[in-house]
Amino acid sequence: MNDSAHAKRGILSRIFSVDHKVIGLQFLFSSLIWFAVGGFLALAIRWQLAWPGSDIPILGRLLFSAEGGQIPPEFYNMLFTMHATIMIFFVVIPILSGAFGNYLIPLMIGADDMAFPKLNMLSYWFMWPAFAFMILSFFMPGYGPGSGWTSYPPLSTLPEAAPNTAAAQDCWIVGLVFVGISSMMGSINYITTILQMRAPGMNMFRLPMTVWTMLITAILQAFSLPVLTAALFMQLSDRLLQTGFFATSNLVANNAEAVAGGGQVLLWQHLFWFYSHPAVYIMVLPAMGMVSDILSCFSRKPLFGYRPMVYSVISIAFLGFLVWGHHMFISGMNKILAVSFMVSTMLIALPSGVKVFNWLATLWGGRLQLKTPMLFCIGFVSMFVIGGLSGVVMAAPPVDIHLHDTYYIVAHFHYVLFGASILGVMGAIYFWFPKMFGRSMNESLGKLHFLLTFIFLNGTFFPMHFLGARGFPRRYANSDINPEFAELLPLNQFITFCALAMGAAQLIFICNFFISIFFGKRTERNPWNANTLEWLAPSPPPHGNFDFQIVVERGPYEYSHPDHEQDFWPQAEHTADES
Amino acid sequence: MNRIWSILFFLVPILGVATFIMAASGIGPLKGAWLPENYAQSGETIDHLFNVIHLICAAIFISTGTAIGWFVWKFADRGDVNVDTNGKARKARYIHGNWKLELLWTVIPGFILLFIAFYQMNAWSETRLNRPAIEIDGQMVPKPPLVLVKAKQFGWEFHYAGADQKIHTQDDLYVENKLVIPDDETIVMQMESRDVIHSFFVPKLRLKQDIVPGMTQFAWFTPTGKAKMGIICAELCGWGHSQMKGTLEIVSRAEFNQYITELESENRPAELAENE
Repeated sequence: MNDSAHAKRGILSRIFSVDHKVIGLQFLFSSLIWFAVGGFLALAIRWQLAWPGSDIPILGRLLFSAEGGQIPPEFYNMLFTMHATIMIFFVVIPILSGAFGNYLIPLMIGADDMAFPKLNMLSYWFMWPAFAFMILSFFMPGYGPGSGWTSYPPLSTLPEAAPNTAAAQDCWIVGLVFVGISSMMGSINYITTILQMRAPGMNMFRLPMTVWTMLITAILQAFSLPVLTAALFMQLSDRLLQTGFFATSNLVANNAEAVAGGGQVLLWQHLFWFYSHPAVYIMVLPAMGMVSDILSCFSRKPLFGYRPMVYSVISIAFLGFLVWGHHMFISGMNKILAVSFMVSTMLIALPSGVKVFNWLATLWGGRLQLKTPMLFCIGFVSMFVIGGLSGVVMAAPPVDIHLHDTYYIVAHFHYVLFGASILGVMGAIYFWFPKMFGRSMNESLGKLHFLLTFIFLNGTFFPMHFLGARGFPRRYANSDINPEFAELLPLNQFITFCALAMGAAQLIFICNFFISIFFGKRTERNPWNANTLEWLAPSPPPHGNFDFQIVVERGPYEYSHPDHEQDFWPQAEHTADES
Repeated sequence: MNRIWSILFFLVPILGVATFIMAASGIGPLKGAWLPENYAQSGETIDHLFNVIHLICAAIFISTGTAIGWFVWKFADRGDVNVDTNGKARKARYIHGNWKLELLWTVIPGFILLFIAFYQMNAWSETRLNRPAIEIDGQMVPKPPLVLVKAKQFGWEFHYAGADQKIHTQDDLYVENKLVIPDDETIVMQMESRDVIHSFFVPKLRLKQDIVPGMTQFAWFTPTGKAKMGIICAELCGWGHSQMKGTLEIVSRAEFNQYITELESENRPAELAENE
């Protein structure tokens, strides 16, 4: 289709490709590698919680020979800080927006590429400085950044308060700034592409939910990222230039000199959560969109309540900017403010609930094809219900007094981010793999992967609710030294066993993924008999995507139409011979 | 095979509810993994809310979870069963939505959420907004704090008012990591931090308050019995975060008075030395 620019060959133009599909796959591969890194960090955390003070196998001797192989508390703080940072900024956000957003948006709207292909390429390559700075922060003197992914000052800004983080914290901040730049370039591109590049006939209400959620996510990022970036620079300047945005006067940490101050400690939390709450939706909305499309396809039935779904996504985006204070009920912020944040938080539960009911109604009366992607997506709905409901519990500020910063909240956000988002991502990988590589993944291995992941994710995260109810706090390097929690050790060990098993189950996925790329069964254009436009393109689609002119004639969910012979009816007619 | 998936999804609400019941009633391996004993009046309100909201959530959890399992059971494509009278494969229902249903499942959950929102407002104002007041010279004034909690890396300082009944003065009585309070009055605590953010958390009082440097916080509770319990820090404060252990003892008025007298005799020499 699009000629000269696409005809270039050579290694460099392959690596620094401007093709949205190559960029999407680059995001996919780097996110999966980081997923493994983040997973190992999580297992190390679990090891310390289950067998506190014992040597970690193999690594312990190598890393901490001075401490007799045990995990020192500073290192433990680095573990959960980096686990969260990597999973959020290098895995969930880039795999949803970067990988699937890039790969799917142009294909699904019938475009030959993004609106700004070069900007798109840059958005991926700006992740690399971020990778470099994060890796660097591991190797800085000391034990790496240890103020949590929330990086609350003054712990994060006063070098004396956390003597072992030193330059690692600066690297961490600069790394995140680069992630922000990358995401910003991506969002601008997605918004422009979706608004301007749709194929003839593709009006806004013929867009698949995946594209709608990518659009809303991009808008959320575009509005909230500048705030995070500004706040990160303020923190960096507090650290390096001794400014006092987040420092009050007369702080004395570790017998050092008092700080000049003049700033406000809570200011960081407001700025941080103004980004990071919308970020929660950035991390789940695209998965919701993809799940909606996959559920509809494998139910062989139109998505129930398409328009209400679109409206609920829009209202989540709007309300998402008004609820950041629910992370701060007990932070010392004005107590009356908590009431208004509580009300807006209760409100945002509504559109999320509406989506669940619509997914259930989509399944009802369908002809469910229980293939691997479908199983992951039904799993998504089932797990999202748990994460959503525990969110309602904590939205009540008096209850949050007890649950805040305990394992109850750890359970809550892992149900949303792992139980929902990651299951959604897995479903999406199994679903679009044939389009990406022209081969399909092994079904039996896929189902086994789902079964084990589903069982052990619940074994890992469900008991955390009970730990939290007991008051077991997050981020404790030595949970055993407190006699309050001694009796919880067996439960923590059970959780760790499940976590190890869940980690091991991912090996099945890794094998299946890489073997299928080379040896998987070859597939046609449309192996799942799906309706959306990407399935009309060859598998894998060439540079420029479609080998015929796309004219969209109907919505994306015309499954089992009574007037149509087949039980699917693609959004456009295929007008050229298949090659 | 399809049946297995259906059972798997059925198991989510079944095992979920079963483990919650086990934890709440202290059965088997989940013994002790639930709300700990409570020694504060406001804690009773918080526990009540915790239970009520969980019951509402359980109802939704069971119904949606059962629906998923049932739909997978009933609507899974099993080839032979899904054939119509002409021998052609049955198609799924062609339904795009239903605005009445949408309205229904927006409005009903809306009311439930509104109920939860209003139901817990009083508890919030009791525990956080309306600091107890006492009458001084015919005027109601906020009750002065019994003790100043100073958090630091990595421990708790407690400063009782001395003879002048005021904290932050020369004759404050100072003790580390051990807070003793009487059981016959509402206790008001003033909280300040010396360095980074800490959070004063007593699970057995359902009491948690972040202590932010540069800000003064107040927290209060009314004890419901004598007990000894742990104070822990709930906001990451550095490498020694998990070592910020304190104890809180609720004792009778007589024991409390005796404790204060002991503190006075312990504190005085240091106090005098400082004044010289």
